[in-house]
Amino acid sequence: MLAHLAANMEETVSMILFGIGFTTLLLHKNLIKKIIGLNIMDTAVYLFLAAKGYIFGRQVPILNDGVMDAAAYTNPIPDGLVLTGIVVSVSVTALMLSLTIRLYRRYGSLDLDEIVFQWRKEGQ
Amino acid sequence: MEFIRNFPFFSIILAMFCGIVSSVLKGQWAKRLCLAMVTAELFLSAAVLMYTLHTGESFTYMMGHFPAPWGNEIRAGVLEALTATGFSAIMLLSLLGGISHVFTDVEGTKTNLFFILVDLLMSSLLALIYTNDLFTAYVFVEINTIAACGLIMIKQDGHGIVAAIRYMVMSLLGSGMFLISLTLLYDITGHLLMEPAGEATAMIQAAGAYDVPLLVVIGLMSVGLAIKSGLYPFHSWIPETYGYATPASSAILSSLVSKGYIFLLIKVFYRVIGYGTVISSGVLNILFVFGLFGMLMGSIRAIRETDTRRMVAYSSVAQIGYIYMGIGLGTQAGMVAAIFHIFTHAATKSMLFISAVGLYEVSGGKTDYISLRGSGYRNRTAGIAFAAGALSMVGFPMLSGFISKLLFATAAVQSPHKMVFTILGLAVSTILNAIYFLRLVISIYSPSEREYGPDQSHQASKMLKVSSFLFIVVNLVLGLFSKPIVDSINAGLGMFL
Repeated sequence: MLAHLAANMEETVSMILFGIGFTTLLLHKNLIKKIIGLNIMDTAVYLFLAAKGYIFGRQVPILNDGVMDAAAYTNPIPDGLVLTGIVVSVSVTALMLSLTIRLYRRYGSLDLDEIVFQWRKEGQ
Repeated sequence: MEFIRNFPFFSIILAMFCGIVSSVLKGQWAKRLCLAMVTAELFLSAAVLMYTLHTGESFTYMMGHFPAPWGNEIRAGVLEALTATGFSAIMLLSLLGGISHVFTDVEGTKTNLFFILVDLLMSSLLALIYTNDLFTAYVFVEINTIAACGLIMIKQDGHGIVAAIRYMVMSLLGSGMFLISLTLLYDITGHLLMEPAGEATAMIQAAGAYDVPLLVVIGLMSVGLAIKSGLYPFHSWIPETYGYATPASSAILSSLVSKGYIFLLIKVFYRVIGYGTVISSGVLNILFVFGLFGMLMGSIRAIRETDTRRMVAYSSVAQIGYIYMGIGLGTQAGMVAAIFHIFTHAATKSMLFISAVGLYEVSGGKTDYISLRGSGYRNRTAGIAFAAGALSMVGFPMLSGFISKLLFATAAVQSPHKMVFTILGLAVSTILNAIYFLRLVISIYSPSEREYGPDQSHQASKMLKVSSFLFIVVNLVLGLFSKPIVDSINAGLGMFL
């Protein structure tokens, strides 16, 4: 069991990171830390994809020294997915940060519980 | 006729293009463009529906003409086309009904932004329905989330922003789980297109390898999309979101956005993982239990609410529970019932949100059900539409809700282990529904202490009347002519395999 985990170290690390990010996003009260959690979670997935996409001994999929054999290169799709994923997570992070700024200006706090408490009070 | 094969792609790109053009238009023009676009979508989707019904088979559309294992594809069968048609129709009616409030709720210079968001939402919904590629689905899930978040916060007050951030947090948890599950699936199958991935999964299953990863994939994907569509224990964002957004947003969010994710989940179950594998994994049983809890808890919370919009929002929690219960039955009949209920709920809930607005307009803008007394007389069209929606949710014959309940009950009989729970759940939930919806209907038709007041419906917007009327028609069509729709759903599910 442990040997398996050690052999797949990148994947193990990325799953642990995913867990950390997910819990932070779910449970932390501070909005900035929630956003950090979101980024850790997404980055963990990219690490996983990059680790899975790399085959030891093969090269980046850019034609090199005229070697035409496909077996000499890695598959470019996982890298493409990572790039697409980064674009998505950047836009989501920007949106979350802008929402956080608006909330901070209005309620003077980054604590989501505190904000929701004030918001409920206003509503009554 | 062959030309119709291009229509699914056209409809996605048309909506996206309108969104881009709207960014330089003034509010009124953006509105006209948006309404024209949604009407065009309706016709395009209807044409695809007629085409697929006529040919009796689904078709795939290659993007950039790279053949199957490599390229990106769009796929349309009867079920996809039917869903796209239904969603466009409901989008159009929700927009018509809520449009006058968009201009009062949104700051003057920013009204075109609302329509940009609606355009993007339409495009992402259609992409979720038609796409044949898992990663494309993920990207459009995120676009859908961002557009929905924009629709929530476009009403620029504290309520909107707090609701939006809570929605975003829950939604991003769901997207994260969906992303990791599809990454795992890509790892064990090596494909992102649904068909090759499905074949690879079947081979893996036959070889008896990767049992645990596959179980993890099914679990993460179901839970991720269940969070995003607001299944019971993950529903905390629903009442705030639907309860305070501008009416058109509430109607669109509750009836379409959450359904897009459910549709995607069903598609992945059938086309990638394989329905047999999903059933034997036992994940459906968990969805079934949560669905049942949702049906009951959503209704109980709705009874305790006094604010009508929050009440209708909690009722959404219960209805999402119905859909997941149908999926959780693990039979073809249960799935058909769940898909039919997607349409029922979409048509009814948007009608309730829109017609409720007609009632507030003549009650001084108050939304608690005591203030709404007699409002059914003050705005007759909205009153009738609201009553029809409420009766449909309770399951009154002739309306769509009745057919849904009938289909659920018939499906329950076919799965002996879950029959008792399903029928009991349906019965209790119907009684609870009746308590809060009929209380509301009685309230809007009870004269207040003095008099119920004159008919003030001339103050209500004309568009709202038109859309309320059309909503009633849609509900009656679903209720009275359900057979062809159920047949198409069956045919569409057959094409998934």
